[in-house]
Amino acid sequence: MKPILLVDFGSTNTKVTAVDVENCEVLGTAAAYTTVETDINNGLREAVSNLEKITGHIEYEERYACSSAAGGLKMISIGLVPELTAQASREASLGAGAKVWKTYSFNLTKGDMREIEEYHPDIILLTGGTDGGNSECILYNAQMLSSLSYDCPIVIAGNRCAAEECQEILGERTTYLCENVMPRLGELNVEPTQKQIREIFLKRIVQGKGLSEASDLVSGIIMPTPSAMLTAMELLSDGWEEIPGIGELVGVDLGGATTDIYSIAEGSPANMGTVMKGIQEPYAKRSVEGDIGMRYSVHGILEAVGDRRLSKISGINRQKIKELVDYLGDHTDYIPDNEEMEKMDYALACAAVETAVARHAGSLEQVYTPCGLTYLQSGKDLRRVKYVVVTGGALIHAKHTEEIAKFALYDESTPGSLRPENAEILVDRKYILAAMGLLSQHYPAAALEIMKKEIAYYGHKE
Amino acid sequence: MDKKKLVIGVIGADVHAVGISILQHAFEDAGFDVTNLGVMVSQEEYISAAIETGADGIMVSSLYGHGELDCRGLREKCDEAGLKGILLYVGGNIVVGKQPFDEVEKRFKAMGFDRVFGPGTAPETTIAALYEDFGIEAPKTAE
Repeated sequence: MKPILLVDFGSTNTKVTAVDVENCEVLGTAAAYTTVETDINNGLREAVSNLEKITGHIEYEERYACSSAAGGLKMISIGLVPELTAQASREASLGAGAKVWKTYSFNLTKGDMREIEEYHPDIILLTGGTDGGNSECILYNAQMLSSLSYDCPIVIAGNRCAAEECQEILGERTTYLCENVMPRLGELNVEPTQKQIREIFLKRIVQGKGLSEASDLVSGIIMPTPSAMLTAMELLSDGWEEIPGIGELVGVDLGGATTDIYSIAEGSPANMGTVMKGIQEPYAKRSVEGDIGMRYSVHGILEAVGDRRLSKISGINRQKIKELVDYLGDHTDYIPDNEEMEKMDYALACAAVETAVARHAGSLEQVYTPCGLTYLQSGKDLRRVKYVVVTGGALIHAKHTEEIAKFALYDESTPGSLRPENAEILVDRKYILAAMGLLSQHYPAAALEIMKKEIAYYGHKE
Repeated sequence: MDKKKLVIGVIGADVHAVGISILQHAFEDAGFDVTNLGVMVSQEEYISAAIETGADGIMVSSLYGHGELDCRGLREKCDEAGLKGILLYVGGNIVVGKQPFDEVEKRFKAMGFDRVFGPGTAPETTIAALYEDFGIEAPKTAE
């Protein structure tokens, strides 16, 4: 047996997962309540002691951690045209596991600078212009950023012809040069930037957030939690060396404040005659809906779908819906204790999943042209994806997880929304995905095997 | 000297995909840096692409006869987006039916296009016009 402890420092919970990498088994999982204010070691100690109640005492050979505590990895993205480099910049940051507070386009204003100053991001991603394209904007923005009051690391990943000049303008500040996130129009190149962001996270951010205090207990915080999630899903989908993965998938992580959607899929058009619009999207894509969540962002769900829809799913009358939503928004740690609230929570979860996946997936529009019927696709076509993996406390502990997850699927009433048509629902019951992303950094084959056993039930059917 | 940059595409609901690829190759061979937006390109897409790539000219193709409707307002939108004075060409079967070309040219020039080309124009004609408008000398030998 070779036991390894995996830790996920969240903003409200510290989750621990013990695995044995030799037999590819989960030994146990546990969690403890934590706050940013208290020493995170307390939360960790408590979680480990909860875990030991299940597993007994274990001498761990290795310990790894990921973190989304203290607001996660706070970033802002800057680009030129909103739907082009600004979008590419945003995709790059999200895929690196960052919390992208805001994405700016065109020239930064003094007001924008005040906002950035106030938000105090951990990293700024500065892009703009294709290679050999516009350079005025990125140079102007570099000039604006040179007035920042603190040394925020700035990743420069725009027009390569202007990148070095940007670095000169920013002078003594901490800057990193990367390949352009959009070297040619519409073409996405986010991996070099994401690698750089992860390195900065490791070197600088972790120390700055008091998380290094945990270093006596863990071998190191090696990634932001969303990045661990994305890594795990990619591994589960693609496999590792000769061990096959399960194929293309969509991941749904429903939380109290935000809802994260992941897709590991090509998403290219299903038919020859389809014309693609907009920028190419990443194969491993993460989107975050900041207005969709079960508690802190519960009003966002109501706004997105309307009381009629919530009433239809829950059977609760429309007048009452608003009242219940208000209650949930005010009582963020509330767990349903009566039938009506259970129904309300169920409807909210369904609507949240439906909205978030619809925003993540691409869309198909029919256009009648003088040359006949044509289809315009923007974003990823996920209709042929075979699996939907659901995770997050709000979903895996819900009573009707599968029914809720079905709202992620293609719906005949909105045929233009390219969501999975016939996907099987897989549930991350033990909440191990982030831990497996962490484990995969050192033991990819074991992480894959455990995910297959625990989530996909391969060779495990009883 | 840096290559001049062109954004090309077929405007509106037009799906004629072959000609635009031929134009891309012809322009590239003639020494231009080309961003080809393909078919069914909206005015906004030309403009966004031109801003991001720092383009020197936008070449609009239209083959299905509705060019006159599709092209209206493009110059004004370019001005609005900060692309003042960008070179605008249009060419193809840009109007409905057979109309005297000088009248068609007049109407499109009034819309703000710098050059207007009728059906059957050879790429060489457009390339010669580009050299002239950018004030660059035509290369002596083709590569």
